[in-house]
Amino acid sequence: MFMFEKAVVGSRRYWAWVLGLLVIMGLAFLAYLRQLSVGLVMTGLSRDVTWGLYIAQFTFLVGVAASAVMVVLPYYLHDFKAFGRITILGEFLAISAVTMSMLFIFVDMGQPMRVFNVILYATPSSMMFWDMVSLGGYLGLNAIIALVTLGAERKRMAPPRWVRPLIILSIPWAVSIHTITAFLYNGLPGRSFWLTAILAPRFLASAFAAGPALLILLCLGLRRLTSFDAGREPVRKLAVIVTYAMLLNVFFILLELFTALYSQIPEHVEHFEYLYLGLHGQAPLVPWMWTSSVLAVASLVVLLVPPLRRRESWLAVTCAMVFASLWIDKGLGLIVGGFVPSPLGAVTSYVPSVPEVLIVLGIWALGFLMVTVFYKIALSVREEVAAS
Amino acid sequence: MSFSRRAFLGAAGLSALGLTGKAAIDAFALQPPHEPASTPAGTRWAMVIDPKKCLEAGDCTACLDACHRTHNVPAIDNRAHEVKWIWKESFEHAFPSLQTDYPPDALRDKPVMVLCNHCDNPPCVRVCPTQATWKRSDGIVMMDWHRCIGCRYCVAACPYGSRSFNWSDPRPSIAQITPDFPTRSKGVVEKCTFCEERIARDEPPACVAACHAKALVFGNLNDPESDVRSLLRSHFTLRRKPELGTRPAIYYIV
Amino acid sequence: MRDRHAIIAALIVFFVVLTFPIWYARAAGTTSRGPEPKLPETEKTCVMPVEYMRASHMKLLLTWRDDVVRRNVRTWIAPDGKSYKASLSGTCLRCHANKAEFCDRCHTYAGVTPYCWECHVDPASIKGSGT
Repeated sequence: MFMFEKAVVGSRRYWAWVLGLLVIMGLAFLAYLRQLSVGLVMTGLSRDVTWGLYIAQFTFLVGVAASAVMVVLPYYLHDFKAFGRITILGEFLAISAVTMSMLFIFVDMGQPMRVFNVILYATPSSMMFWDMVSLGGYLGLNAIIALVTLGAERKRMAPPRWVRPLIILSIPWAVSIHTITAFLYNGLPGRSFWLTAILAPRFLASAFAAGPALLILLCLGLRRLTSFDAGREPVRKLAVIVTYAMLLNVFFILLELFTALYSQIPEHVEHFEYLYLGLHGQAPLVPWMWTSSVLAVASLVVLLVPPLRRRESWLAVTCAMVFASLWIDKGLGLIVGGFVPSPLGAVTSYVPSVPEVLIVLGIWALGFLMVTVFYKIALSVREEVAAS
Repeated sequence: MSFSRRAFLGAAGLSALGLTGKAAIDAFALQPPHEPASTPAGTRWAMVIDPKKCLEAGDCTACLDACHRTHNVPAIDNRAHEVKWIWKESFEHAFPSLQTDYPPDALRDKPVMVLCNHCDNPPCVRVCPTQATWKRSDGIVMMDWHRCIGCRYCVAACPYGSRSFNWSDPRPSIAQITPDFPTRSKGVVEKCTFCEERIARDEPPACVAACHAKALVFGNLNDPESDVRSLLRSHFTLRRKPELGTRPAIYYIV
Repeated sequence: MRDRHAIIAALIVFFVVLTFPIWYARAAGTTSRGPEPKLPETEKTCVMPVEYMRASHMKLLLTWRDDVVRRNVRTWIAPDGKSYKASLSGTCLRCHANKAEFCDRCHTYAGVTPYCWECHVDPASIKGSGT
């Protein structure tokens, strides 16, 4: 089914990697069973910081998923041939990232058994409903597109004509998933940190930097570990995309900082104060946020100098820095920072608990497993076609 | 393991049932709700709080004790996980936009009673993905604990911190369970319901009934002769964070 | 047939696993007898005919639940015209006062754990309460 047979043959190293991921997933599953039985009291969340790592990972990963558009768009709309070999990688990455983000929502629920209430009592006034619609649709679109194009490639045929409209549709759809994810936070009257129209553009910019950065790392990794070589050209083009997106992202953050710091409206300033300096003696995120800033600036220096950016070893390190910087910014700061101080002025810090972190790692492990299996299938098909 | 067989079957079965499940449940309604609601049409419930009268009573906690006892609200020591329907909040935190460096002694570091504002335009209702919380025609922002999925979107949306989440099973933290009101299960959000179950019996909310100082006054905002309206006519009152456009139904006499 | 021993051993294991429910039921002492819920002695009729209640009491409860919580309708009028207060602990448990011998017997037999009782309180379970 779906060429799955390709995923069950592999080297010893492949199996060790898969087994390692499965072990982490198993431990995470045990932690989740515990959460099911005792409740979310097991996490580091509190009445003031009601969303934490889970929802932050969800937000970050929706961005990674949306970023597939950065290879799909140039290839299908601008006929940019160099991305022909990696669009499938982008689509499979999107499928994995959407699945992960949905799981992160699920593990954050207090009553997961009632998850279908969202469909049963569909509520169009809630952004969460639209997020479910857009994420589900995006998952479906990418699953169909990836399987059909890969299946066609295997038969050495052009993909059927009917899939092209779906591909075109997936482009605005990718933008929509991250826009609606931003809207989740955007329209809440008491949360001034998120009450900014630039949140969605900022989400998109950081997504279009983090996703392609991850894709570059995956391409470079595949070249080392497998016989697949994406080629120099697509990696370089991706690096250009990362450069622009990262620049925009940093620009948008600076715009946010200016608005808050120059207006000096306390409820706008305090969130940034908490994140970058600490508030009321509490500063757990300060080292993280400065690390993120330093990584962002350092990576931009490399990215903005073409001779440095073209060295693949430098590029790999830089992409890791971009990814880490944005993960901290979005996967820690953006969500938690919006909750501190609370609308009643309480400064409550949030430190995730060990089982909470374990569950997060488990979902990441599942994501890596999905990417591994999908890429294995895709590359095996390619090898098979090349050999015959 | 509390992930019971029923829950598992529920989760597995619902995916198969899909949308037909709702049709099946709806179709069952034996009797359409034909009875008039206990609240007369055109009612808009509201409350006027007089913090001065409250402060004169000193360390009185009669209203919150009565509320929390009536509704089986757990007493959780850990501030991170506490559940509360009505509580004392410092004036500065309840009214952050009214901060002054020189507050009158009567208000400096003094608490005011805060509870769900039963807003006319409630952000929590707007964001709820399952209509587990909604605004009734009489203005009460109601909760259906059977339907809440525990996503805590409403907690994020409420600008007043009026919503509490059950981080764990609340029952062990309830000293004496009042049997004619349910407790809640872990994983759902709860808050003040303006004692809608008491209003249905023509009784005032438990906090109002318990307040000896008559600092809490409850009534119909749409009735010009009601106590709340006469207080609003004769006093200058504040609502919390009016700039957010939520239009709270809790008024504070200054 | 060098594998004969292995095949026979595997067959035995397979057979034991296949018949496990039988041995388990034997060991646990369960019987095939149906549940015997204890009916209240004071009342002869329920809010609906017994056949209906037996099969569909949960649906009636769901209707009551939505009437009270979502529609603010607290009285339920039965098809025979009698009206009842729509309340699990107030109406149902007033007659079926012994939850353990009524509700639980069937639920245990059927292997269901209704989550009603995670929140709704069996008045009899509260020590020293007036109700």
